[in-house]
Amino acid sequence: MPSLIEAKGLDVNKQGKEILKDVSISVNKNDFITIIGPNGAGKSVLLECLMGTFSPDRGEINKKDNILIGYIPQNFNPDNSMPISVERFLMLRKKFTGEELKIISDETNILSILSKKLSNLSGGELQRVLLARSLLGNPELLILDEPAQNLDIKNQLNFYNLLNEIYQKRDISILMVSHDLHMVMASTKQVICLYHHICCSGEPQAVAKDPEFITLFGNDMAKMMSVYQHTHDHSHDENLND
Amino acid sequence: MIEPFLIRAIIAGIGVAIITGAIGCFVVWRRMAYFGDSLAHSALLGVALGLVLGISTNLGTMIICSVFAILLIWLQQKKVLATDTLLGILAHAALSIGMVTLSLLERSVDLHSYLFGDILAVTNHEIYLIIFGGIFVLIFLFFNWSSFVLTTINEKLAKSEGLNTLFNQLLIMLLMTIVVAVSFRIVGLLLITSMLIIPAATARQVANSPEVMAIVSSILGIFAVMLGIYLSLHFDTPSGPSIVVASVVIFISILFFTFLRKN
Repeated sequence: MPSLIEAKGLDVNKQGKEILKDVSISVNKNDFITIIGPNGAGKSVLLECLMGTFSPDRGEINKKDNILIGYIPQNFNPDNSMPISVERFLMLRKKFTGEELKIISDETNILSILSKKLSNLSGGELQRVLLARSLLGNPELLILDEPAQNLDIKNQLNFYNLLNEIYQKRDISILMVSHDLHMVMASTKQVICLYHHICCSGEPQAVAKDPEFITLFGNDMAKMMSVYQHTHDHSHDENLND
Repeated sequence: MIEPFLIRAIIAGIGVAIITGAIGCFVVWRRMAYFGDSLAHSALLGVALGLVLGISTNLGTMIICSVFAILLIWLQQKKVLATDTLLGILAHAALSIGMVTLSLLERSVDLHSYLFGDILAVTNHEIYLIIFGGIFVLIFLFFNWSSFVLTTINEKLAKSEGLNTLFNQLLIMLLMTIVVAVSFRIVGLLLITSMLIIPAATARQVANSPEVMAIVSSILGIFAVMLGIYLSLHFDTPSGPSIVVASVVIFISILFFTFLRKN
């Protein structure tokens, strides 16, 4: 089966610094990939390359024809100087029916805040609105850049649960940059650890044991990941026995 | 019978109020107040250029302001210095070169009217410029409205949906240069920023959508111009500052009333 997006040998240099070096990645149907890595590792640049909003110095990117990608940018802070409602924001440059809006608003639980001002939303509400906008038009792939960065623990959990629900319900692939790996352990299928180059990748538990991962994130993170992975495995086993 | 000069002043004032009100919203949203101010400062070099080359001072202004905007974006992309530092250097360089050039010219120039405007002395030629420039700006705003608004809300989101945000940014700046070039004779180079900001900031208090804010901003601008012209005639005060005083009075009144209503 052809990939949704495939990048081969991406190199990016900015002001003499090597941001990405020989990075290859492919996203297939129904993938749920989380990219982790320290700050400044080139995660956002990689996403931008894949979306085509940044041209790499070297390498090639192939996308499935006419693929629609939903995107949530990092650090989205609407300015208070522009009065705009959630509904108007969703409609900007998007064409959809009232039916579609209602279904997606229901799915992302924003029906009650459609008439609220964008700049008055709480962090959790804002991320759900962005998620709703990224789902308009029924994309095949969602690309999320640290979507829960500014949320407290409770809202982080809620957001990732919602994302997981959408992933299960829809025929959709997800590529996400996140530092909250312990939160997405249950849903993410593949972890890519990026530090200018791809250090390691694979299933979460395999990555947690990789020496390069431990060097980058330390033993504590690795332990935390395996703990979460363990509980996940456990419930998984029970399901099998049923 | 209304005097012809007054009719010209009213038409010019309404035209300027409509376009500064609409583009002024982007100045407020994108925090471009200092850019607007710098643009207006650099316009004096445009006036000098116009007089030296014997072309219209509005055309000279448009040329210099466009060069200014493009130079600024280029230097911003290069990340040479912080934007406000760049603006300060460019604006005052242009202002000073303009002043020096004007003083070297053999003819006397009414500097005061360039700096503070003179709506009561507006000519037919300037009215045509305002009307054509204004229609051009409004058409561009109308057809690019959603793209401009989305780019303003979040550049990365706009980019991901296929918009050329750098081009949009340049377009907004160039529209601003046109607005400054056709309207600086009304309130003057030193006060043009207030026409961009005050009506938009006032409209922000009552508007519930970007479109409504732009329309209300234009309408408030028209009120301010009318009131300003009246004040100027009645008390024999300079017209440009009178218009700004009027718009500040409107701003404070609306701020006061929205404050009362909320409490």
